[in-house]
Amino acid sequence: MRLVIPLAITFTAGMIMILNFFVPHQPFKFLGENLQEWYMIVASGAIFLGVMNLMHVHSRKIRLKQKNWKYSPVTIIGFLLMLVTGLIYGVAENMPFDYLFMNMVAPMSATMFSLLAFFVASAAFRAFRASNWRATLLLTSAFLVMLGQVPIGAMIWDKIPLAKVWLMSIPNTAGQRAVMIGAAMGVVSTSLRMIFGIERSWLGGAD
Amino acid sequence: MNWEILGIWLGAIVTLCLYSFLYRDNPFYKFVEHLFVGMSAGYWVIYNIENVLIPNWWQNMFPPEGGFNGIWIIPGVFALFMIARILPKTASLSRLSLGMIVGVGAGLNMVSFFQTNALAQVKGTIFSLASGGVWSIFSSLVLVVGVVSGLVYFFFSKAHTGVVGRTANVGITILMVAFGASFGYTIMARLSLLIGRFQFLLEDWLPTIPRLLGLGG
Repeated sequence: MRLVIPLAITFTAGMIMILNFFVPHQPFKFLGENLQEWYMIVASGAIFLGVMNLMHVHSRKIRLKQKNWKYSPVTIIGFLLMLVTGLIYGVAENMPFDYLFMNMVAPMSATMFSLLAFFVASAAFRAFRASNWRATLLLTSAFLVMLGQVPIGAMIWDKIPLAKVWLMSIPNTAGQRAVMIGAAMGVVSTSLRMIFGIERSWLGGAD
Repeated sequence: MNWEILGIWLGAIVTLCLYSFLYRDNPFYKFVEHLFVGMSAGYWVIYNIENVLIPNWWQNMFPPEGGFNGIWIIPGVFALFMIARILPKTASLSRLSLGMIVGVGAGLNMVSFFQTNALAQVKGTIFSLASGGVWSIFSSLVLVVGVVSGLVYFFFSKAHTGVVGRTANVGITILMVAFGASFGYTIMARLSLLIGRFQFLLEDWLPTIPRLLGLGG
């Protein structure tokens, strides 16, 4: 029973969504639209679960004085700071929650992602070695796109930005389309396997 | 120091602490890294309450025009079942919520992915052949040959020998150009973020130092 009920829910929900697409009339329309909203509400439970787990991990780290435990209170305080300001003052502009987001969360997020520029550049240095003609193609294509993106590219030769546009809109689109079509086929087959209960790894493999 | 300058200083301090990682891992970086994790978690909880739970759940259960819509208790109970995973004794309840998420996600993705990522892309590829001059026709041919040969490369049910092998080789070539272009584009996107942070430090933060010291402005 511990497997049958979740599988029955999956089958029913999945079939309602598919029928809603092919038969957009009542009762499937009503059921499909409501299920989409229910989906968001239930998925929000996963966010709360994740946050509770994060707090559990850090409080245990502090309790057991594990490695780097001294930083765990920073995570907990940071979380509580955003939670309390958001709940008490709301999320309107110029309120404490918005102030903390604009002046701390957004800069930290942008800096974290910009740090990747250094690591991507170092990976590029290793990946872009012209070891064979295909690697040379990869190198040339990446180099032209990078050069076409900045003003110096047009200063060197005015056709470089055009080459960048062509590379992005033709070979890049062709490659991405091949990947997208292949992935879509994978999604369709995996979805069907999940709806019909053939793929059950999401149940955790127990029982 | 007013709130605006304090905000700029907070942004600058966390930025500099994070960039200190470029030298090596250090306590300043670790401090801000942990702060980032905590504040981001808090931000997403509030975002979720404000943008999902209140408009999609609470306002449906208690409509602004009054009354109570009992059917909306069900998704609330399913969300609670999901949270029940935190306790080993009640963890199995979360399978019911997962069942619903997986079912709706699979049903929704199956049709939407097939429509947007398969049919629309095939249609776009076929219709690209229809128009333009010599260069446009050449580009369209590259596009069509690239998509078809790329798909052949990803088709593993037949050995890549003979015609299939040669077509797959063309596919690899197109994919290498595509990945190179995507990689170059990603590097430039990251660099633009880096430039943004340096602009913030140089144009927003540095000018506040003489103002704080009373040297001008």
